[in-house]
Amino acid sequence: MNLWYYPGCTLKTRAKNAEDSAIVSMAALGIDMVELPRWNCCGTVHSLAGDDLIHHIAPVRDLIRVKEQGGSKVATICSFCYNTLRRADILMRGDAEKRGTINSFMDEEPDYNGEVDVVHLLQVLRDDIGWKAISEKVKLPLEGLKVASYYGCTLLRPAEVAIDNVEKPTVMQDLLRALGATVIEFPFATECCGSYQIVGNVGFALEAAKNILTSALRRGAEAVVLTCPMCDYNLGLAHRELKRQRGDLPDIPTLYFSQLLAIALGLDTEVCHFNLNYIDPQPLLQSKGLIVEGVKVGE
Amino acid sequence: MIRRQDGTRRIGVFVCHCGLNIAASVDVEKVVEEISHYPGVVATEHYMYMCSDPGQDLVRKTIQEKKLDAIVMSNCSPYLHERTYRTLAASEGLNPYFCEVANIREACSWPHLKDREGATKKAIAIIKATVEKVRINMELFPPVIPLTRRALIVGAGIAGMTSALEIADAGYEVVLVDRAPYIGGHVSQLSGTFPTLDRVGCVTAPLLARVVTHPKIKLYTYSEIEDIEGYIGSFDIRIRKKASFVDETRCNSCGRCLEVCPVSVPSEFDRGLSQRGAIYRSFPEAVPSRLLIDATSCVHLATGNSCRACEEVCPAQAIEFTQEDVIAEERIGAIIVATGYDLFPRERIGEYEIDPDVIDGIQFERLLSPTGPTKGEIRRPSDGKVPQQVVFIQCVGSRDPEHGVIYCSRVCCMYTAKQAVLYKRAVPEGQAYVFYMDIRSDSKEFEEFVCSAVEEERIMYLRGRVSKVFRDGDKIKVWGADTLTGKMVEISADLVVLALGMTPSPGIVDLAHKLNVIFDLFGFITEAHPKLRPVETLTAGVYLAGACQWPKDIPDTISSASGAASKILSLFSREELLRDPLISFVDEEICRGCGQCVSVCVYKAITLDPKKKVATVNEAVCEGCGACAATCPSGAIRHKNSTRSQFFEMIDIAAAEYV
Amino acid sequence: MRVELSVKQVQGDFVKKVEEISGQNLLSCYQCGKCSAGCPMAFAMDILPNQIIRLAQLGLEEEIAKSNTIWICASCYTCAVRCPRGVDLARVMEALRLLTLRKNINYVQPIEIPPETLEGMPQVALVSSFRKLTS
Ligand SMILES: Cc1cc2nc3c(=O)[nH]c(=O)nc-3n(C[C@H](O)[C@H](O)[C@H](O)COP(=O)(O)OP(=O)(O)OC[C@H]3O[C@@H](n4cnc5c(N)ncnc54)[C@H](O)[C@@H]3O)c2cc1C
Ligand code: SF4
Ligand code: SF4
Ligand code: SF4
Repeated sequence: MNLWYYPGCTLKTRAKNAEDSAIVSMAALGIDMVELPRWNCCGTVHSLAGDDLIHHIAPVRDLIRVKEQGGSKVATICSFCYNTLRRADILMRGDAEKRGTINSFMDEEPDYNGEVDVVHLLQVLRDDIGWKAISEKVKLPLEGLKVASYYGCTLLRPAEVAIDNVEKPTVMQDLLRALGATVIEFPFATECCGSYQIVGNVGFALEAAKNILTSALRRGAEAVVLTCPMCDYNLGLAHRELKRQRGDLPDIPTLYFSQLLAIALGLDTEVCHFNLNYIDPQPLLQSKGLIVEGVKVGE
Repeated sequence: MIRRQDGTRRIGVFVCHCGLNIAASVDVEKVVEEISHYPGVVATEHYMYMCSDPGQDLVRKTIQEKKLDAIVMSNCSPYLHERTYRTLAASEGLNPYFCEVANIREACSWPHLKDREGATKKAIAIIKATVEKVRINMELFPPVIPLTRRALIVGAGIAGMTSALEIADAGYEVVLVDRAPYIGGHVSQLSGTFPTLDRVGCVTAPLLARVVTHPKIKLYTYSEIEDIEGYIGSFDIRIRKKASFVDETRCNSCGRCLEVCPVSVPSEFDRGLSQRGAIYRSFPEAVPSRLLIDATSCVHLATGNSCRACEEVCPAQAIEFTQEDVIAEERIGAIIVATGYDLFPRERIGEYEIDPDVIDGIQFERLLSPTGPTKGEIRRPSDGKVPQQVVFIQCVGSRDPEHGVIYCSRVCCMYTAKQAVLYKRAVPEGQAYVFYMDIRSDSKEFEEFVCSAVEEERIMYLRGRVSKVFRDGDKIKVWGADTLTGKMVEISADLVVLALGMTPSPGIVDLAHKLNVIFDLFGFITEAHPKLRPVETLTAGVYLAGACQWPKDIPDTISSASGAASKILSLFSREELLRDPLISFVDEEICRGCGQCVSVCVYKAITLDPKKKVATVNEAVCEGCGACAATCPSGAIRHKNSTRSQFFEMIDIAAAEYV
Repeated sequence: MRVELSVKQVQGDFVKKVEEISGQNLLSCYQCGKCSAGCPMAFAMDILPNQIIRLAQLGLEEEIAKSNTIWICASCYTCAVRCPRGVDLARVMEALRLLTLRKNINYVQPIEIPPETLEGMPQVALVSSFRKLTS
């Protein structure tokens, strides 16, 4: 089965570890993720001003690319891209007036009237494949690995884009359980990591991000699993900061859900590009017998 | 009475100014002048307030002096004063249905405030059309229908019990049905009551005892209404008595069975704070003190496995595993709905974590109750520790149209204050915090109670909603805001109590359908008029009491329960039961017996006469809504005094003003 | 000092503009404070989010301009999903930011970001920061 896939900018650079591990894992699960031709940056954030339509052009163009290909569904891995594309689609579906203006502004493009469903890869795993099918394909169960799933904001908020219960999401825990991991629940799973404030208000953003890591640590998590390169970066910086303040603090690496998926499916962990993770997860993974120094295990 | 031999009627038209309500946009004098020349109109009068005593006297005098046969009252909506003027007409010897109201206020002066000419013209058209109607109105007499002087009350909470006792004390029989195994409703679960803090047991025990022993009250507990047929004066009710698997007549309440039952499931009465067996008594003081087996948790009944431990030990041979539901039938004349409320489902506020130490108001009442799971000691559910910091959160689910309901649940401000005070008295060294948005303490001695809670018990009120509640080790973290200082606050609580809002009791919509009563958006039963008829429904013979109508505290519940009872007593004290004659009737010559009217009638007032093959209207049931008349393809079923020919006549005349 | 309230402010252009850009009825907010209670950035704000809305209801534009709150907001939407009145406070914050940004005043100056900060920073962070905090 083919699945149109929108990578977005960061997954092509800093978060290659998220992308490659996802593509290879999905292939192992029988789904070929086909990268959308001629995609452009989605703009990363949905414009919240009623009188600002110009910023919706970018994500709508991406949706038009899907439509052009005859696709009716597009998947993302980056939560920001998911949020931006999904909200652009909701706007185009729900607001006839704005839809008209945006469509006529892009007169060189075919009209977009909400023909494409925007989904996050976690939804595909849950709704199209299912936990049971996934767990049956697991070659190397993540036994003994204590992980906390961290959602952040953009997969769940605002409520109309939520891929799961806004306050008590379970999709990532369900996936991790299917992969054999020990799931640690923690109260900061949906708290904000400070987001783009990391650029202009580093101190404040780090404060928010540190709370997340400390909470996960206090609950006994060994790693934090996430879906968003922004969260990944902020938590990575926060980790460095925490270590500076308290050297004895145990490491708590962040991992993309797709990296753990690839490991559990017994795939070549080269696709995980652990060198791109802010905190090296390899010692932890090795200690659990999930990888041996860059060489895959499990076969 | 039609006075003229030739059938023509002498009609009087009375135009009210309604102060300036009508006169500001309708040129009353011009209207009167124009109408006075209209055929058949022999008298016209106008007056500042026609509904006032002098206004009514003017009408009376004119009827007599001008020997009127019919009158058209041109004023406000018939909803307000039609009855006033029909009574007046009757007292002057006219058939009351020869009085019609021309609505020139709601339908004319108000919507056309800025168009005096248009409004005046429209008023004239409305009045002329009404004159045409009254000219061909039929003389009507209210039908007499049979009256069974017995009442049914659904729900035996404090509301149902109060109504039942008042009706029974007046000498009429009452059938009191509750689906719970015990009577008393939610009040049985409470500890003390605001603002006086008297023990609930002391308030309810005498009531409970009187209800179960009253010779005029027939009690059905653990029973539900299966179906209802009939109408005011004679309803036929079928009641499903659910199988309890314990023969009530033999069981002597010794309780030996309770000791041997191997099952342990959360107690409904204690809202999960204690366990009960599959055979159980809801709580030790339950009235009636019956035992019952819950078929879903009973090992024997649920799995067929032959446990039967209770049966073995029962000295009275009261266990009856073969018992089945029984249907009882009762004929009654009037009904009170007293089904009360339920708590808002807390799962819908996902940011308040589900945790043993995050409890709801009723659970806290159980902790406070001397007969509750902790014998009245305040110990938190998780580990039995006495909580040193308790956070109460108000308005959970209430005043929250996004996640819950928009309305205010009215009692939670007060019960929270009560609970905080009772906590403080039990744990003097502890601290209670209350997160609130507004404090609604608008009844007798309520404000005083809240003030003393703050001043004397030193309860810390914080004005703000809580955003998140979650467990952190041994504590429950509460993230709130104190909007008065503009500070975000965090409290590490030992126990959190959510003041969940009130919603109607589950299953109410189903019951409302059976009773043919209207309910609102939320499922609360709608009263006939929020101000003027608060304890009646729009269905004749069905009344309401207590929190099934709207969130109510005990005093409000009792007032409405007494009100509903007195409505029934007034109904039962009539010699005969008269119904409004403005209902539909069938012209049997024209009716083809197609039955379309039968299917549109929501009151089930029409049946097909199998012999004559024509529709017949049950005068006691028809509410005169007109749905049948609008549906009948042959115009055979008509609405008395609102026939098609009358309407066409009215439309012709009214439209003529505009051509 | 007493703040004078008048029809000029309460029904003024500022209130209208904020409502128009945000698409929110400011008076839907009944000041419960739930937004502030859960805001992950409020610890760094000099005025709480609910107070910002209150100032906007009153039309007190300058008071808002003096505060750092709207610039600290991370558009995380925690407030909006929990607001009992359905107020999308994140949109109100955006509208208030735009009233400044549209005067060509940036909150973040891209050229002032130190190179060591830029290094390794994912595009998504940079682009969203610029989208939110520059004109
Ligand atoms: C935590 C808490 C504390 C409170 N404290 C106080 C206080 O201190 N003072 C005060 O004045 N008020 C207090 N109240 C309010 C009080 O509980 C209500 O005013 C009162 O219970 C309303 O009585 P009711 O009979 O209308 O309803 P309920 O008590 O709800 O009784 C309804 C009865 O109807 C039965 N029933 C429901 N549906 C059906 C059906 N379909 N068929 C048959 N039977 C049915 C139920 O089993 C129940 O027995 C408190 C409420 C709460 C939640
Ligand atoms: S009574 Fe008080 S606590 Fe209950 S909903 Fe109303 S304001 Fe809120
Ligand atoms: S949560 Fe909503 S209603 Fe409450 S203060 Fe914030 S914006 Fe206003
Ligand atoms: S959107 Fe802004 S104001 Fe709202 S909770 Fe997030 S950071 Fe706070």
